[in-house]
Amino acid sequence: MSVDSNTVKRVAHLARIKVSDEEAEALKGELNTILGFVEQLGEVDVEGVAPMTSVMPMAMKKRADVVNDGGKADDIVGNAPAAEDHYFQVPKVVE
Amino acid sequence: MPIAETRNTNPKNLISGATGDWEVIIGLEVHAQVLSASKLFSGASTEFGGEPNDHVSLVDAAMPGMLPVINEECVKQAVRTGLGLKAKINHRSVFARKNYFYPDLPQGYQISQFDQPIIGEGEIIVEVGPDRQGEFEEIRVGVERLHLEQDAGKSLHDQHPTMSYVDLNRSGVALMEIVSKPDMRSSEEAKAYINKVRTILRYLGTSDADMEKGNLRADVNVSVRRPGEPFGIRSEIKNVNSLRFAGQAIDYEARRQIGVLEDGGVVDQETRLFDPAKGETRSMRSKEEAHDYRYFPDPDLLPLEFDDAFVEALKADLPELPDEKRERFQSDFGLSAYDTDILVSDRAIADYFEAVADGRDAKQAANWVINDLLGHLKKAGETIETTPVSAAQLGALLDLQSEDVISGKIAKDVFEIMFSEGGDPRDIVEARGLTQVTDTGAIEKLVDEVIAANADKVAQVAEKPSMIGWFVGQVMKASQGKANPQAVNKLLKDKLGLD
Repeated sequence: MSVDSNTVKRVAHLARIKVSDEEAEALKGELNTILGFVEQLGEVDVEGVAPMTSVMPMAMKKRADVVNDGGKADDIVGNAPAAEDHYFQVPKVVE
Repeated sequence: MPIAETRNTNPKNLISGATGDWEVIIGLEVHAQVLSASKLFSGASTEFGGEPNDHVSLVDAAMPGMLPVINEECVKQAVRTGLGLKAKINHRSVFARKNYFYPDLPQGYQISQFDQPIIGEGEIIVEVGPDRQGEFEEIRVGVERLHLEQDAGKSLHDQHPTMSYVDLNRSGVALMEIVSKPDMRSSEEAKAYINKVRTILRYLGTSDADMEKGNLRADVNVSVRRPGEPFGIRSEIKNVNSLRFAGQAIDYEARRQIGVLEDGGVVDQETRLFDPAKGETRSMRSKEEAHDYRYFPDPDLLPLEFDDAFVEALKADLPELPDEKRERFQSDFGLSAYDTDILVSDRAIADYFEAVADGRDAKQAANWVINDLLGHLKKAGETIETTPVSAAQLGALLDLQSEDVISGKIAKDVFEIMFSEGGDPRDIVEARGLTQVTDTGAIEKLVDEVIAANADKVAQVAEKPSMIGWFVGQVMKASQGKANPQAVNKLLKDKLGLD
């Protein structure tokens, strides 16, 4: 599997990352190197082997249904480039 | 995979176009907010409203390094719902990331479930109607799946000329998405389906399913075809948030697609938005590219697994569901399909009715609850939860009537007083001297007066015995409704020489 620069640009757009044509060309090389590395896994025969989800056999940790968080709107918007009355402010997005 | 055909074409559902009949095919995705105190993966509150970003943890705001931990109650609620939908419970399911970019989605992905949902196929029995004859049609709608997912935050666009404001209070609240099979064939059926899902969720207590608060929303898939032909290309109408809008959106969209096809065009597979102000749907082309969600299993979360004992314990605590209640009301109380459908439509109404009917005439109790109580509540803009007349009080009123303390006519008056002023019916009857007159002497006096004053009518009644009703009315009026109608009737028959 490999990607072309159009795919790189499309994925970047979906993530709203601005990528110039030159950057896309460079990223294409880097991504294909990574994909090629991962592709080596394809050489292993895993027919009939269930996908491993954890190194240790363990169950998913669960919480009780109690409210023990929140009430920290100052912290939540603390790093926001723009905020007002504890709302985040972002460039206008209307359908 | 081809979609199985489960319904026979019913001519009454067909829409006639310029070139012949068309059949509309509808599938629904219902998003219901899970009833829980805290969010799906954090300890922040799910409470409606609140100050901006006050019900938000660092997990919900997607701060770097934060990890989701699942709320066990949300898992239980999903399983309870699955049991209520008679659906397959998957003992192993997987959370996946659904990637898209939007300012009210701080993670850049929604944690959802993709190819391994917590609940598999099920079935919902839906009563459609009543039609003009008061009849209900029962249809079966398949459930494809139910999965758990996070809600997104909320954007406000009217606070500032160039900026949108984002509040993450809803971000991370648990939703159940219930996906139906394309088994509905009219907007009536779709509305009845949404209503039934809402009723089941409210019975189970797994969602308050309040559409006004946005706790139940639907995406509607609509396509049209010639009867007997394969399914056509569908469009998806997003975020329909009332039953009425769902009906309007479907009817508009079916008409629009028929128009396109009859003009020789092709329906685009696309996402559309319903505009309630104009009553029409329009294309949301901007959303098309975002449909590339690039799902993959969430590496922060292990598969969700539970055993049979977990499911059985939840099953043991399940309340009686509307279908079972309907059957019991019909067989135990002999109520009509129409009455039962109204009574079981809401668990609180059913409970109220049962409290009134306990040890009393069930048919009479049903009439009072449906015609008087629900009628008054609707007029006053109240609900069964805020009723000013308790079930015990209404029961006591029925007792007064069956004990012949008051007549049916007076009972209605007493109910009016109970509803508008409150109070116990016995106290009201006593304080206002509404007790029925059963003293034959007093009634006889009134009967004699009415007969004496209406000699012409007395002559007619010999020819036309049904006129006795008029005399009964006059005597009741003279007694201000307090005379016992049976006693009046009997005395009149004697005195007028009727048998």
